[in-house]
Amino acid sequence: MTRRRIAAIAIAAVVALAGSAVVGYQLSDRGASTALRTGIGGPIDLPATTGKRFSTADLGGKPYAVFFGFTRCPNICPTTLSDLTLDMEQLGPLADRLQVLFVTVDPERDTPDSMKDYLSAFDPRIVGLSGTPEEIAAVAKAYRVYYEKVPTEGGDYTMNHTATVYLMDGKGELTGTLSLEEEQPTRVAKLKRLAESG
Amino acid sequence: MTLQAFRKQSASSRLFRSFTGIEQRIAIATLAIGLLFVGVDAARAHEFKIGAIEIEHPWSRATPPGAKVGGGYLVIANDGDSDDTLVAATLESAGRTEIHQMSVDNGVMKMRPVEGGIAVPAHGKAELAPNGFHLMFMDLKQPLKQGEKVKGTLTFAKAGTVDVVFEIDAIGAMPKHEHHGDGDMPGMKMEN
Ligand SMILES: [Cu+2]
Repeated sequence: MTRRRIAAIAIAAVVALAGSAVVGYQLSDRGASTALRTGIGGPIDLPATTGKRFSTADLGGKPYAVFFGFTRCPNICPTTLSDLTLDMEQLGPLADRLQVLFVTVDPERDTPDSMKDYLSAFDPRIVGLSGTPEEIAAVAKAYRVYYEKVPTEGGDYTMNHTATVYLMDGKGELTGTLSLEEEQPTRVAKLKRLAESG
Repeated sequence: MTLQAFRKQSASSRLFRSFTGIEQRIAIATLAIGLLFVGVDAARAHEFKIGAIEIEHPWSRATPPGAKVGGGYLVIANDGDSDDTLVAATLESAGRTEIHQMSVDNGVMKMRPVEGGIAVPAHGKAELAPNGFHLMFMDLKQPLKQGEKVKGTLTFAKAGTVDVVFEIDAIGAMPKHEHHGDGDMPGMKMEN
């Protein structure tokens, strides 16, 4: 093998590596706006804090962020709602291009009315959803959300529940998640990408 | 005056005399006055004490309208030689208060009542914070509002019951003091 040939092969190898790196980068960069095909998600049609039923079918291709919780939650739920409120403020008008949904896992105590009162502390565009225990169970199942009652001393109960915020594209497919550990710039960037995908 | 103390004093006055310029002496005096204020600030910090137990900055978060629960957070320091346990707490605006532990496991938020209270080891600390042990204020009679101070009590198995005041912070507020592994700075805790 001549030296010139070795050099040509080396150059070809470098070009190929660089090419795949670019493709890889583009794929990972597209991650947040590409459906993850996890099977998580499904249509939602529940009584809402708007006073009517709310259906994802009525979103007309608008992406949405949805998470599950309950109003007797001392930390995660109010913190998530407060984070989302600050994120939406950062997004400005772009936040109108996505819908934020808060579904209760405690429908026996959280009615659309009580949730409306509760949500008045947060961004007014956030919609709260309740329903019959069966309706909530069906939606939670579709989103693979785990929840259970935990008895407390006073004969009362609190709830354990999945705290992830699901980011759903205009077709209702999961494209990513938000988690509590993330810093605000990360969350805002993800929501921005979601809003712009719609 | 002991010989040691005398040596110390004469050493420091010698040191002070070695700063001959008026600017240098003014600078040192300013520094000394500054240190005095640091001391005053620390004394005014939001702290409570009973026996060997010291409570640092009890606080809670504002609650949305109609919310029935809130969380109580604080740091407990035990300067004594024997272990103690936080066994109960109250808040004026809560029907009752329980001691809970929160954890996030695989994306699932889990909360459970803590049996037997929270141990505060001798010469040790215990921290109650949003993502761990916390007081759970239940049956709130009215929302907790940011900026308010709400009275409550903490009961320890050995030290007894101490009156405290919970300062109400923003809805999503996190503990003010971060652990940098360089010990505690009480003067820093009043920052807002
Ligand atoms: Cu709790």
